[in-house]
Amino acid sequence: MSEPMVRAEQVHKSFGPVKVLRGIDLEVRRGEVFCLVGPSGSGKSTFLRCINHLEQISAGRLWVDGRLVGYRQKGRKLYEMKEREVAAQRRDIGMVFQRFNLFPHMTAVENVMEAPVQVKGVPRARARERAVELLERVGLGDKIRAYPAQLSGGQQQRVAIARALAMDPKLMLFDEPTSALDPELVGEVLDVMRQLAEEGMTMIVVTHEMGFAREVGDSLVFMDGGVVVEAGHPREVLTDPRHERTRAFLSKVL
Amino acid sequence: MSDIRDQEPEPGKAAKSGAGPGPVPPVSAGGPPAGPPVGKVPPEAVKAIPVRHYGRWISAAVVLFLLALLVQAFRNADIAWEVVGEYLDAETVVEGALNTLWITLCSMLLGVVLGVVLAVMRLSANPVLSSVSYAYIWFFRGTPVLVQLFLWFNLALIFPVFDIGFYEADMNEVMTPFMAALLGLGLNEAAYMAEISRAGILSVDRGQTEAAHALGMSGAKTMRRIVLPQAMRVIVPPTGNEFINMLKTSSLAYAIQYQELFLAGRNISSRTLAVMEMLIVVSVWYLVLTTVFSIGQYYLERYFARGSDHRLPPTPLQRIRAQLTSFRVRSKVRGASGEVTV
Ligand SMILES: Nc1ncnc2c1ncn2[C@@H]1O[C@H](COP(=O)(O)OP(=O)(O)O)[C@@H](O)[C@H]1O
Ligand SMILES: [Mg+2]
Repeated sequence: MSEPMVRAEQVHKSFGPVKVLRGIDLEVRRGEVFCLVGPSGSGKSTFLRCINHLEQISAGRLWVDGRLVGYRQKGRKLYEMKEREVAAQRRDIGMVFQRFNLFPHMTAVENVMEAPVQVKGVPRARARERAVELLERVGLGDKIRAYPAQLSGGQQQRVAIARALAMDPKLMLFDEPTSALDPELVGEVLDVMRQLAEEGMTMIVVTHEMGFAREVGDSLVFMDGGVVVEAGHPREVLTDPRHERTRAFLSKVL
Repeated sequence: MSDIRDQEPEPGKAAKSGAGPGPVPPVSAGGPPAGPPVGKVPPEAVKAIPVRHYGRWISAAVVLFLLALLVQAFRNADIAWEVVGEYLDAETVVEGALNTLWITLCSMLLGVVLGVVLAVMRLSANPVLSSVSYAYIWFFRGTPVLVQLFLWFNLALIFPVFDIGFYEADMNEVMTPFMAALLGLGLNEAAYMAEISRAGILSVDRGQTEAAHALGMSGAKTMRRIVLPQAMRVIVPPTGNEFINMLKTSSLAYAIQYQELFLAGRNISSRTLAVMEMLIVVSVWYLVLTTVFSIGQYYLERYFARGSDHRLPPTPLQRIRAQLTSFRVRSKVRGASGEVTV
């Protein structure tokens, strides 16, 4: 069996005295769509941010593509990575935020080109070509010159997805990508994500869209209070939850 | 009749189109109908007698009267206006104005660049950098510019030789009035620009830094490409004010013999004794310089506001053009309301 894309062993994270993650164990296989659900404040975003080292874990081990996140191991000692090494690790992990976080002073196409040009040193002309291609893929070929403020929420989120894809990531993290959207705009973003899943991208998706999880997801983990309460295939967990807490949560969101 | 009218059903028609009897107009108990009958208001432009603003007329008259008194006073004052006219474009005065412009540009450049560096230092996680920045701001904001100008100008008293390893010179030759003015004004300005830049950097949403980091951008690149351009929207307006302040504050450099506008005026008036006249000449020049800068600032603000709004307000030029065509626009609006159709 091949190495999993993400492996977490007893991942803990505290902010001062506040323990947010209390020992997360899970594995995300290559090419799968891994859904993370749970009540607000259960630590889903924090876990996602640990995966690309936007947060440093307090205890445990976390591997992406077989490499420790944020540390180098030599013998039995751990060395913290330098900023450059951390940045290099993040290049291969795309992230999509709840609030889009597009760069407002750049047009859609400039948003998508920025990282390839600045981080990978891709020539501008080639980066632009690729960016236009990606924007067309998410259905925004006619919006390449629009500033984020001129786009709807759904369009902004699709630009954000294109921006992450421009770095050719091997793993995509989605943190509630549709939670800030008007209901009628949710579908267009989920469609892009579905298409991405079909192309075989490994995706970790924090979401409250149970329909999407059931239909597209390969695994689903229910988190509460910083621990994994229940894990399994989405259809099993969603139709026949074994734990009382899962049942209580699902009855609220379904 | 226009087709617009045909498409929009009138309230009266709509009420009658139902199969049953039309709605009964509201009638107050035992009296005539309250208000106009429903569905009878014609859909035309509102024509009403505007409110009369008597207060405005009175206050305008008072202010105009006071202005007239002021003009009268100046006409009777003992000012040789022909002297003002004569020196307005005198060579030394123009040269002084150019020097004022030059020292302002140079000191602001020094102030802005150093100020941004100080702001980034101040926000850095490195305690040495942030304390040094703090101490710098504390010192340069806490002492008067005039004192700082004299400190630089008299530096030769304590360091007679300027020596930085590969270059050595007599301090009096290095510390010319221009150098002293540049250091005095620029380093002082950096302290203020540091605070302005810090506020600008802090105004940028944290999500922006996170998005850039998640894409693999380094801290320095994130600052330069993502944070600072957005901080500019907050930084530029107060910097414009600093620029205009600097134009005027640079007149203090006359005290260390820098040949700027004010000193040029002083030199002439000490010869010709036309004190007030030269002060007026100098003031006119300062007004010209500050006005030109204000216009530049306006366009700079527009540039850095790009992407921040759906539509930018029109520039003055665009507004004038729009006003020239506004008659046509207004008649179109009326046509749509159904009164006039050309
Ligand atoms: N930077 C931080 N400092 C302190 N507390 C934090 C920080 N980030 C998150 N938390 C806390 O961690 C908890 C979990 O947050 P989060 O991971 O965002 O939950 P979720 O995404 O599941 O809603 C919350 O109680 C939140 O207040
Ligand atoms: Mg969250």
